[in-house]
Amino acid sequence: MKNESEYSGILIFAEQQEGKIHPISFELLGKGRELADRLGEELSAVLLGHNMKDVAKELIYHGADKVYLFDHPSLRDFDIVLYKENIVDLVKEIKPKFFLVGATHLGRSLAPRVAAALETGLTADCIDLQLDEKGDLIQIRPAFTGNILAHIKTRTRPVMTTIRYKIFEKMKPDTSRKGEIIERKVKLIENTGTRVLRKERERTVNISDAEIIVSGGRGLKKPEDFKLLRELAELLGGVVGSSRPLVDQGWISKDHQVGFSGNTVKPKLYIACGISGSPQHLAGMRDSKIIVAINIDPSAPIFRVADYGIVGDLYEIVPQLIKEIKKRKFGDD
Amino acid sequence: MNEMHIIVLIKEVPDMNKVKFDAERGVIDRSSAPGEINPFDLNALETALQIKEKLGGKITVISMGPPQAERSLRDALARGADRAILLTDKRMAGADTLATSYTLASAVKKVGNFDLIICGEKTVDGDTGQVGPEVAELLKIPHVSYVSEIREVSRDRLIVVSELGDAYLIELKLPGLITVTKDINEPRLPTFKDKMRARKAVIDKWTAEDLSDVADINKFGFSGSPTMVVKVIIPQERVKSCQIFKGENAVKDLVDIFEKKGVLK
Repeated sequence: MKNESEYSGILIFAEQQEGKIHPISFELLGKGRELADRLGEELSAVLLGHNMKDVAKELIYHGADKVYLFDHPSLRDFDIVLYKENIVDLVKEIKPKFFLVGATHLGRSLAPRVAAALETGLTADCIDLQLDEKGDLIQIRPAFTGNILAHIKTRTRPVMTTIRYKIFEKMKPDTSRKGEIIERKVKLIENTGTRVLRKERERTVNISDAEIIVSGGRGLKKPEDFKLLRELAELLGGVVGSSRPLVDQGWISKDHQVGFSGNTVKPKLYIACGISGSPQHLAGMRDSKIIVAINIDPSAPIFRVADYGIVGDLYEIVPQLIKEIKKRKFGDD
Repeated sequence: MNEMHIIVLIKEVPDMNKVKFDAERGVIDRSSAPGEINPFDLNALETALQIKEKLGGKITVISMGPPQAERSLRDALARGADRAILLTDKRMAGADTLATSYTLASAVKKVGNFDLIICGEKTVDGDTGQVGPEVAELLKIPHVSYVSEIREVSRDRLIVVSELGDAYLIELKLPGLITVTKDINEPRLPTFKDKMRARKAVIDKWTAEDLSDVADINKFGFSGSPTMVVKVIIPQERVKSCQIFKGENAVKDLVDIFEKKGVLK
């Protein structure tokens, strides 16, 4: 085993696509700052991209002491091998104790390669991090469809973990914060084996970022009835979500899927219409601030996590809701 | 020119809708539900079958697991794989994703001469999605994760759609590895005749010793696993008192709450 005492500080991977930092990176800095302060150690970020100097400052404003910047045209798009090589070299040199990566699809493609190259342990999709009495990291992740929480420790360094989006709070950005941006020489590789040809399509909805979600489940009778939910969602300035069965039946795209195997959401308001509340669905939405359940079955598990409920047929309740909200918003009757 | 050789990595998992959790021992009670091929791996196998139909070649499936995982390999043979290898040994037990990947990558090395490795995006029981990319790294080949579509395929490259938040069109030079999503295809079912044929097929069984020429077997199983579960907690269900609105004012009462909470802007 490597000498543990050589390893110090926390490193986070700052994810960018098209020059824009993914908000998960700020959340990692928020949690990383808290852990670093408790350990009395440094918090750094590694950022790869092109023309990223201004963007790098944002990471300092959000809590980083140091930003290791790899800036080169060939890093503009995500190139798995090129990203991995540069990150692995950096980690070997600066030897962070913990290395946190967002559990986005990009992060979950990159982190395992980095971990395997470093021959270190990697824990997937954590929802909490704690320090034990010796300052070792306890990584907490849901397992068994979210029915249990596993506490995991890693006996190699760095401890690597991917963190689920929308779990940790980011710091309020402070533009007076001082930090160091360290430009690194980029290691280039002639032929990495993969090449981004173009962006194929934007996702249809970014449900993880939505503040209000109106979701449908098996209480819906046909695909067209999502229209009803969409009307309510748009009225509230929100988006439409779905439980897994309807996505599996092809009624709505996977971008809308809420649940353990879909997207984890944490909106201000979640309205579940005709969703009974399988463990797999609840695991993806139970941390929403206000949960409203509309279901015909009073014994449906969804009512156990809901704050407010109406027992009834969504085909009667939702149109009434739409009417009532319109009345109050626009005063018409 | 040699024929195209595709390797599919599969895992036998319990049916997650039926399996029970052994709270005392803190592990999944695998005897409580029958094993089956991880559903995502069926999409991986189907991807391989479709490429084989197009370009010819052969498909090898490799799995690491207890002896009974043989039935999942038979299922894979029934669905059209040409060869099945089961890595089974007590010394491989208790492996985390790194040790699993190391063992699988070692087996791939021993099989040799492959063009493409296909994995499911994740398993339904472990739910990490880490093994595919880790195997790619250990074999020093490029990979693309979350592939939802294959646009072009030839002996030396693939053009795929990868779901990275937004979807990107990516070229992958072979040999390489992809992990595929459930959306990529609809896995075929084996016919009765195929099942009968697969029942008689030979499954290669490799122990840790069998891999010792290509691997350091101390890196297998629990001893080769850097992560360990130190505690398992069954979360107490948060008792939330749900306020149920009833009667003809139910909807009005609910919208009152929306107003009070500032939801109606």
